[in-house]
Amino acid sequence: MTEKVHTMHEPADESVDSAARSTGGVAAPANKLIFSVNDLSVDYGAFTAVRDVTLGIYANDITAFIGPSGCGKSTVLRCFNRMNDTIKSAKVHGSILYHDIDLYGPTISATQVRRHIGMVFQKPNPFPKSIYDNVAYGPRLAGLKNKSELDELVETSLRGAALWDEVKDRLKSSALGLSGGQQQRLCIGRALAVKPDVILMDEPCSALDPIATARIEDLMQEIKQQYTIIIVTHNMQQAARVSDRTAFFTTEVNSESDRRTGVLVEYGRTDSIFSQPVDDRTEQYVTGRFG
Amino acid sequence: MALALDDLKSKNQTADRAFRGATLAGGATIVIILGLIAWTIADKSRLAFKTEGLSFFTEPRWAPAANVYGALSFIYGTAVTATIAVLLAVPVSLGIALFTTQVAPSWLKRPIVAMTDLVAVVPSVVFGLWGIIFLAPKLTPVFKRVSGWFHGVPVLGRIFGPASSGRTFMTAGLILAIMITPIIASISREVMETCPLTDRDGALALGATRWEMIKGAVLTHSAGGIVGSVMLGLGRAMGETIAAALVIGSSAAITANVFSPGDSLPSVIAFEWGEATSDVKRSALIAMGLTLFVMTLIVNFVATAVVNRSMKRMRGES
Repeated sequence: MTEKVHTMHEPADESVDSAARSTGGVAAPANKLIFSVNDLSVDYGAFTAVRDVTLGIYANDITAFIGPSGCGKSTVLRCFNRMNDTIKSAKVHGSILYHDIDLYGPTISATQVRRHIGMVFQKPNPFPKSIYDNVAYGPRLAGLKNKSELDELVETSLRGAALWDEVKDRLKSSALGLSGGQQQRLCIGRALAVKPDVILMDEPCSALDPIATARIEDLMQEIKQQYTIIIVTHNMQQAARVSDRTAFFTTEVNSESDRRTGVLVEYGRTDSIFSQPVDDRTEQYVTGRFG
Repeated sequence: MALALDDLKSKNQTADRAFRGATLAGGATIVIILGLIAWTIADKSRLAFKTEGLSFFTEPRWAPAANVYGALSFIYGTAVTATIAVLLAVPVSLGIALFTTQVAPSWLKRPIVAMTDLVAVVPSVVFGLWGIIFLAPKLTPVFKRVSGWFHGVPVLGRIFGPASSGRTFMTAGLILAIMITPIIASISREVMETCPLTDRDGALALGATRWEMIKGAVLTHSAGGIVGSVMLGLGRAMGETIAAALVIGSSAAITANVFSPGDSLPSVIAFEWGEATSDVKRSALIAMGLTLFVMTLIVNFVATAVVNRSMKRMRGES
């Protein structure tokens, strides 16, 4: 089960307690397990994008998914809020337990899942509406109509996203007039307004300049007190800077079909992944010799 | 000299000049033609306006024998049929556009798009003939029944009043609606297809259902383009001649009853031009053409203004 991935990739390495590593815990895992991913595979039609992923995500951690292009890290991320449902050919196998509830269970509604598990995308994607209406969008969907409650929620969400002071005088103007970094913080604020437990971030800084990136990273450190964050990043330094745990994915080429499938290679505390990786492929990647 | 600097001198640019001349000629032609049309019909309308004055627009009677030339009932008929057409076509067109872009699986999408576009190439006279031989007789009992339902109801009872034949404002509006549906549907579909996937994902990730996502992301993004397509359809419905002429009933009338026969500007021009012997009558018909031209121009200007404003708002410029 949970050992499967690792026994497959590390048959020689019997000294590693794979069960402990597969849940990412080495010492003193004070945080509660919030997700447990079991044998997750995603197919797009006949093509398997990523297979046999097993790992645990801990509350109030920042967990980073790293790896070369095509390794399936974004695909796995999009399983956590069932965004892969929107792709018709995508099929998800295995399970993701969220507080012991299977997110892919027959009675689970994807829209409700997404209210608990928010998402921030690679490219800032505010709606072509006012700043206020962007933040109020999610709460309004949830049925909140009271003007003063909405006002308050918009303010706390924008404060939470470290954007309030910059936009408080122009809440009614278009969100598209903001800079890229501001737009991305607005998208974070928009996600916070739904009051989620978890925020998924799919390369949230890849379209931003270094200063805007630093602000988002600071913001992540602030909000992790209240939220659990999973971030996909191409940027290894970013993973090393911000995350508590890191999962390294890579691609394996199927010798028969010559197609690439993503696999989870190694998962553990960020400092050990970067300083004492167990798998050679992880070491090559984090030292910059591959990918 | 060590350096050969000859190549800095200007090259022979004949081809460039010829190209510019050709494109300029193309652009100028359209302006000249438009100008000629406007000038000709304005000039030939003068006689009608001189004899009738402003009563040309306010006089409901069209009685060439008595030298009374009023366009009001035709302006009214044009406005009513075009309004009916838009009211009926918009929900259907948006339904088609949303179905093809958001709901339909790809194997179903192509044939629907192709069929919608096919409706657009049916000649308008064919629509008119189909309206006379098929739709009008089938509609007569329907009109009578609907009129019965609303009998005695305030307002609605007058709008859906007594029906005597199948050639009515409503029939013309219906035929025009079918004709403008492909226009509105295909432009709306194209606009909706430009809605970025990131906008849709953004809405879904906030817990939107499919309909909420469509309302919040797709329709918000496409609002300007949809208004533009509707205005284009409205312009087409106002200017359509032969299909409307065949089914509208050709009797000048101003009545709230959509089940009564009426007439429209282009239809009356088409039917009466051949028998217009007096100068004043011809001039009056041309003046109606001018009126229609100005009406469609206004619709187009309003449409452009609405679209530009919403585009600006979307880009965050206001």
